[in-house]
Parts: sequence; C-alpha cells; structure tokens
Amino acid sequence: MTMIFGVPLAVFMGQLTLGLVNGAFYALLSLGLAVIFGLLKIVNFAHGAQYMLGAFAALLGFRYLGINYWLALFLVPLVVGGFGMLMERFLLRRIAHLDHLYGLLLTFGLALIFEGTLVNFFGVSGARYATPEALQGGLNLGFMFLPTYRAWVLVAALAMCLFTWFMIERTRLGAYLRAGTENSQLMQAFGVNVPLLITLTYGFGVALAAFAGVLAAPLYPVSPTMGSSLLIVVFAVVVIGGMGSILGAILTGLGMGIIEGLTKVYYPEASNTVIFLVMILVLMLRPAGLFGKEA
Amino acid sequence: MADSQALNAPSAVKERQKRAKMRRNMFYIALLAIGLVAPFLAYPVFLMKILCFALFACAFNLLLGYAGLLSFGHAAFLATGGYVTGYLLASYPGLTPEVGIIAGTLMATLLGLLFGVLSIRRQGIYFAMVTLALAQLMFFVFVQSSFTGGEDGLHGVPRGDLFGVISLSSNLAMYYFVFAIFIFGFALIQRTVHSPFGQVLKAIRENEPRAISLGYNVDAYKLLAFVLSAALAGLAGSTKTVVFQLASLTDAHWHMSGEVILMTLLGGVGTLLGPLMGAGIVVSLQHILAQSPLGNWVSVILGIIFVVCVLSFRSGIVGELTKMYRKNFK
Repeated sequence: MTMIFGVPLAVFMGQLTLGLVNGAFYALLSLGLAVIFGLLKIVNFAHGAQYMLGAFAALLGFRYLGINYWLALFLVPLVVGGFGMLMERFLLRRIAHLDHLYGLLLTFGLALIFEGTLVNFFGVSGARYATPEALQGGLNLGFMFLPTYRAWVLVAALAMCLFTWFMIERTRLGAYLRAGTENSQLMQAFGVNVPLLITLTYGFGVALAAFAGVLAAPLYPVSPTMGSSLLIVVFAVVVIGGMGSILGAILTGLGMGIIEGLTKVYYPEASNTVIFLVMILVLMLRPAGLFGKEA
Repeated sequence: MADSQALNAPSAVKERQKRAKMRRNMFYIALLAIGLVAPFLAYPVFLMKILCFALFACAFNLLLGYAGLLSFGHAAFLATGGYVTGYLLASYPGLTPEVGIIAGTLMATLLGLLFGVLSIRRQGIYFAMVTLALAQLMFFVFVQSSFTGGEDGLHGVPRGDLFGVISLSSNLAMYYFVFAIFIFGFALIQRTVHSPFGQVLKAIRENEPRAISLGYNVDAYKLLAFVLSAALAGLAGSTKTVVFQLASLTDAHWHMSGEVILMTLLGGVGTLLGPLMGAGIVVSLQHILAQSPLGNWVSVILGIIFVVCVLSFRSGIVGELTKMYRKNFK
C-alpha cells in the first residue's frame, strides 16, 4: 500500500477530501460575510444562525411539507434570504448610521434568539437529514473511496462561489455593489437606490449561508448550535484572508480546510485549534491578512 | 466690574467642581454602606455572584467604554483565572486562597499580554473577531488539558483560610473578602479612568489618528488597557472559583463573552456604575428565570434584551439616567 509520510494513501486522501469539504463551507460562509461587510460594513454575527436556519428549513420542509432535497436547495436560500432582507429592512437599517460595532452586537443578539428558540423546540442533540438517493454511495477511484455526496458538496459549493464571483465582477448589479462598497453616498447622488441595494446585498449574503446550510444538512447532524461554533472558525478564516477580495475568501477557505484535514492525519489533537494558530501566525507576520488591504 | 467677574469665574467653576466631587464621594460612601449591610438583607452567595460578575463587567468596560475596543473574548481571562486558582488550591492544600487568587490573576495578566499584542494589530470589527477566535482557541485548550478536568471541570476547590488565619467557610466572611476585592478592582478602575492615562485612552477612543499625530504611542496605551482589563477579569474569575468552589467550561464559552458585553451595554458603556448595575440585573434575571417556567428561554430573553438595548437604549440604564438628570436639574 502506498504510504505518504507514514500514513496510508487512502486515509490521507480521505482526510484531504473531508478537509476540502469543510473548506468549501468555510469559503461559502466567509464569502457571504465578505459580501455583507463590503456594503454594510458590519460583521454579520447571525451568519452561523442563518446557516443553521437553512439546514433546519430543509429538514422541516422535508418532514412536514415533503419538499425534497433538490427543491430545498433552490427554495430555502430564497426563503431564508427573504427573511434576512426583512431583518435588514426593519432592524439593521435603524442602526446603519451608528458605529459599525453596534451591527455586530445586534446580529449577535439575533443569533442568540434564533439559537435559543430552536434549542427549546428541538434540543441540542441534532437530527439526521437523509442524503438524496441520487447522491448515495460512492466512487472507487482506485487509490481511495470518494463518497458521492461529498464530491457533490464540493462541486456545488465551488459552483456557487464562482457564480457569486461572476455576479459581482461581471454584471451590472455587481458593478453597482462594488461602486457602493467604494462610496455609497456618491452612488446615491447618481440616482442608484442604495437602500434597496443594501437590502438585496444582505439578503444575498444570508441566502449564501442558507445554501451552505442545506448542503450541510445530510453531512452533519442538524442541530441549533451547528452554526455558532462553525462561525467562530469562519471568523478566524476571515481574519486570515481579509475581507477585501472574493477570490481571496474562496482560496483562504479551501486552504484552511485542507490544513485542518492534514492536521487530522498527522496530529489529531490540534485539529480543532490549527486554524486559530494559523491566524496568530498571520497576525504576527502580515497583520492585514493574506489578501487584505487595510489593517 | 468686568474684571472681578472674570476673576470670580474660575473660583465659581472650582466651587461647582468641588461640590460635584463631594456629591460623588457621598454617593460612593452610600454604596459602600449598602454593600456592608447587604449580606444581612440578601443571600450572601447570590450577592457574591453579582460582585464577581460586576468586577468582570467593570474590567470589560474599561476596555470598551474608555478605550473603545470591543473584545469578544473576555471569557478566556475569566476562565484562566478560575482554572489556575482552582487547580492550585485543589492540588496544594497548604496554599492560602489569596495566593491562589494572585496566581490566577497573574496568569490571566500574562494571557492578556499575549492576546493584547496579537489583537491590537487589527482594529474595530477585526479586533472583535480576533479576540473571539483567540478565546475559542483557549476554550479548546481547556477542553483538552488534563489540569482543567476537561468536560467535568474542577469541583470541590477548598475555600481555605484567608492569610492562613480567617476561615472563609462561612459565607459572611467570604462575602466581605469578595466585597473587599471588588472595592479594590473598582477603585483601581476609577483611578485609571480619571488619571492622565485614562484621558489619553478616551482621546484614542474619540479620534485615534489625532492621538497618533499628537505623539502618543497609541499601541502601548491600548495594550496597557487591554492587559489591565484582562488582569481584572482574571481576578474576577479567580475570586468566583473560590466562592463557588468550582471552575467549569461555562466560563470559557463564548456565551460568557457575550454575557459580559450585555451586562455592560445594559448598565451603560463608559459609565463607572453601569457594569455593576448591568451585572446585578442580568444575574438576578438569570436567577429568577431559572426558577420560573421560562427557565429554558434565558438565552432568548438575553438576546431580546441585547436587540432592544442596541436599537433604542444604547447609553444603558446609568447613561440614560445621567442624561435625564442633566436635562432636568441643570
């Protein structure tokens, strides 16, 4: 059997895939955070809760309305994103003129409310969401066994990242968004409806989180606390990458996933902490972050 | 005539300042008196819990209210103080509680220095995220270390004899010890805030580029404030461990970092008494809710208070009262 630094190739590749899948989630979530931060200048602390809401919406939609996975993948981001737009319109907008730290605090409070409410109804143990039939099983690649669903998550998450990149960098709406990130007052003077743009942007960021939640539902136990611990790791990823560039967010997310996966192979005790350690390293060597422009 | 008025003006100002200072001193003396008789009116353990959290919130407020730095990782210092004190007192029976508390506080101070050096390299929102991530790192360290007892935590930490003489096993003795620690912490913060150092911190909070252009070494000031805040948070954690005779992961969880923000926000950011009041309210609320049918909804209710505070009550209770007082009585 082929060995890589004393580890069987199959184990090595298995953990690498796991790491890549985790990295895809980091990428999707940090991308959503970056999109929201760009225009609203707030860190969306409710992002983890919204990811969790996405997973729960898929679970409950299946249980009570019979909505299957594929429909959920399309519908849930729309519903949760719409909910996010309401949050922006009626809560976040009221504090938009204040120090941006208040946005962080407000979304933190909202995250506590969502999480606490769902804990009361569903407990913390978590429910299982069945993998769709078409994606069950796996592929034998000869040197490793690749579960189909993980491969699909990787493809879907990357496709969504590329779609976001395309939307922002190559469309008219994206041009508005980039312009608004630079100077939203000037945009408004040019006659662009900036408040609407802000609502849509927040909704889109939330929809990305919900999309990640639906993708995650068959992989991890669906529980009310699934988002918060993930979000803290994503924060570290964001600090490492900086929120300045979209491709930067994607690359950092995937890279951190791989590093985490490799740590699981060679030094499992540190797999929980390795991303935070990388963050410390980056803060010491390059305080602005790998792709960041400002400190 | 005009001359004498001009000459009188400074003394009038001085007079008013003197009177304000006297009023403030009277107020503090009244609070001190309340603190001294409180254990005869309410359950001392409950009061001690409030005092520990109040010290924690005051320490946090020193950083947010006076230096303008929002730390989302203060739980790490509370927990470090608690674990170190708990571990030392439980494994070395000869150790007196004050030594344990000092050791715990020192460890939290060191950790604060480490975190501070790293986190003040980023500002605003990034600062909050960095501190949160560092505190989460510490959480995992506490989970995996053997000296913390992992998921179980440390139990049965002896309270011991203060200075080897005064037994702390009675809640009343314990209460006055905790009260003295709180007074020490509060006075230190009060002194710091009103010192030239505190004035520079406020200047940095209001306009950092200007403070830099005036020649202040902004990073050194921020770091010192951070370390001081961490040390006092550690002191709160150490004291709490001695009072409750246990140290657990609850103190290290990010919920705790959120709770201390809520206490400060609710009481009034940047006011000296706000955190004390906020801690009192939040701890009492948790206590009352835990016994009511709403016991499971604590975190939801705290979240709602958070949202209401941010949306319409940003100066907090003490801040709003001060505003009202200024409007109506001056």
